[in-house]
Amino acid sequence: MSDLESFRSETRAWLEANCPPSMRGAGAPPVGEESDSPIWGGRRAKWTNPEGKLWLDRMAAKGWTAPTWPKEYGGGGLAPAEARVLQQEMNRIKARPPLLSFGIWMLGPVLLEYANEEQKREHLPKIARGEIRWCQGYSEPGAGSDLASLRTKCEDKGDHFLINGQKIWTSYANYADWIFCLVRTDTSKKHEGISFVLFDMTTPGVEARPIKLISGNSPFCETFFTDVKVPKGNMVGKLNGGWEIAKRLLQYERQNISAGGFGGGSGYDLEHAAKDHVGTENGKLADGDLRARITQHKMEARAFALTVRRLEEEAKAKKGPSPAVSIVKYAAAKVNQERTELLVEALGHQGLGWEGEGFSADEIAATRGWLRAKGNSIEGGTSEVNLNVVAKRVLGLLDHQ
Amino acid sequence: MAVLSEEQTMLRDAAKSWVGEKSPVTALRKLRDSGNADGFDRAAWNEMAEMGWAGILIPEEFGGSGLGYLTLGLVLEETGRTLTASPLVSTALTATTALLLGGTDTQKKAWLPKIAEGKAIATLAVDEGAHHAPAKIALKAMKSGSGWMLSGKKTFVLDGGGADFLIVAARTSGKIAEASGITLFLVDGNAKGLSRQKLKSVDSRGAANLSFDNVEVGADAVLGSVDQGYGILEATLDRARAGLAAEMLGSATQAFETTLDYLKTRVQFGQLIGTFQSLQHRAAKMYTDLELTRSCVEAALSAIDNNSNDVPQLASLAKAKANEVCHLVSNEMVQMHGGIGMTDAHDAGLYLKRARAAEATFGSAAYHRDRYASLLEY
Repeated sequence: MSDLESFRSETRAWLEANCPPSMRGAGAPPVGEESDSPIWGGRRAKWTNPEGKLWLDRMAAKGWTAPTWPKEYGGGGLAPAEARVLQQEMNRIKARPPLLSFGIWMLGPVLLEYANEEQKREHLPKIARGEIRWCQGYSEPGAGSDLASLRTKCEDKGDHFLINGQKIWTSYANYADWIFCLVRTDTSKKHEGISFVLFDMTTPGVEARPIKLISGNSPFCETFFTDVKVPKGNMVGKLNGGWEIAKRLLQYERQNISAGGFGGGSGYDLEHAAKDHVGTENGKLADGDLRARITQHKMEARAFALTVRRLEEEAKAKKGPSPAVSIVKYAAAKVNQERTELLVEALGHQGLGWEGEGFSADEIAATRGWLRAKGNSIEGGTSEVNLNVVAKRVLGLLDHQ
Repeated sequence: MAVLSEEQTMLRDAAKSWVGEKSPVTALRKLRDSGNADGFDRAAWNEMAEMGWAGILIPEEFGGSGLGYLTLGLVLEETGRTLTASPLVSTALTATTALLLGGTDTQKKAWLPKIAEGKAIATLAVDEGAHHAPAKIALKAMKSGSGWMLSGKKTFVLDGGGADFLIVAARTSGKIAEASGITLFLVDGNAKGLSRQKLKSVDSRGAANLSFDNVEVGADAVLGSVDQGYGILEATLDRARAGLAAEMLGSATQAFETTLDYLKTRVQFGQLIGTFQSLQHRAAKMYTDLELTRSCVEAALSAIDNNSNDVPQLASLAKAKANEVCHLVSNEMVQMHGGIGMTDAHDAGLYLKRARAAEATFGSAAYHRDRYASLLEY
């Protein structure tokens, strides 16, 4: 038996013994985007199902919430091939992920790359154990696509930094314990005047206000900083050296969004929704035009999934995401927006209910998911910015003079 | 690009340098302008066979290398880049596949070594109308003595004008459009009663219409089982679709790269036109589509090599995506080159013409979307 095969059988046995019944199979609760779900961990996680906490703790003890991080920082120390086996074995028993975490997807990888030893030891294990929930302080009211024009001021006050300013579109800031934040430390330069700092959201002067979206949900906040004192040891990398880290983190963010695609919304399967509401003739959807468009979308979605898998295999050799990941973020947004639009179209008026009687939970979720998806081509870099990135970094086309 | 073995990398690199040296786009232009009746250059095909390309699918016992479909796809992608006209698709890919899937040992021994050596041109004759429709077989095969007699017509048969032998889908029972009742026959290219009309199509390849007037073949000409040929036919076509998609990916990739070079050199309004955002975004979208298509093509070819059960889905996916991307990129190649792209002297027209001909071969995007939906049962 090869090492990988014995790892697989050990992993299978361990998961069988340790994944609680309510965390696996068709009966496991869906992984929603609910901002207050305990699956996001953090100081304020309310575990309504004790098996959810048990599952997190057991996986964290193995380091398997962050399978490829080094063991000394709370990771599993697995090789990429072993991590894939772990995922396959979790998929096999339909195990729910033990933890959803911006810390694992985005911050952790850049801390491993850019943070000092003390910072790594302080933050990484708490991320891996799901003890601290992080949010991302990037966009500002005047700095969206042009992120580097951000103005949140960070002044050196000798023994501490003083931060004043405002962030916006901070995902789940009202539930987060800590923030990784881009701040301006030099106003005379643009990209070279940005630094990357970490601080506790309970620090006096920090306030997060949820923003209600067209979907009726509030996954994002406006976040205000008024004379927030931050210890000087909380800066990652060099003073004014934050932009490189910021961009790297965006690559991880786009890669992560891309890898899962944009999920959420209704679990209603597109062709079944169409069969139910449009009907069939001789086994084919009665609306031939809709059938063709659904199929074109499904083929695009399959092509997208195959591309994610291919880029992962190729990235194994290179370590870290390549600039080509930007095409995947662009494609992921397009695919999900098409899916949610087609689902609402297939449901007809049943897909346009807001709440209350007359609409099933799946139908309401389809409506909300369709509205939520409009943000897919805006968040994490608009599709236009992603196309700019591809044109310049991948294709080598120049800026307009 | 899939992670390749050393052998595959060497073959791909050899193909790249051979097409660059011996078969650039000017070779197709020369072929077209010389009025070549075969639709390919026999001397070039001999060189390709000497390098082993004709036998990539053929097992060693029959004189090939047996390296498989992903490997053949690498070569097809390179020949696609320069629009090389050759019997790779008709002979080394499609007819070879049909023999491998359905042939008896005697049939394989008779033909595979000759194909591997480049000594036999072979092709699959399936369609009978303007559109790809593999179940719509009307060409009749009737029992005649111990053998069979074929009557009917076939259209747009790749390299059909000069092929040494043909694999013909015929109806031995049932009604037109039924999957059962189809039988595959091996027919000599010089058989009595077979007449061939060579066609001059936009892509300057050697397609032909064939007419069968009581063509007699022996009982040993049946490939596979009588009335049960549709399974082999579909499996053969799926492999042909995936392989042709690889060639089309190569053509589209080159058309895109040539266009991208132009965006980086052409100056208007005192600027490189590649600095204009409207063109940058269209280029980035084409690049995205090319990457998505590559994933589909490689997945389909690998699935064939691994005998996966989702080959039909993946082959339709690969062909549909290759059709779409070839269509888009060939149009954009003309548009982004402006007036020069409309001239016969420029290569854009050659890529455009080949794109449409390849799109129509073995199923249009609409055909494969319909098939994909049917495979998923909706």
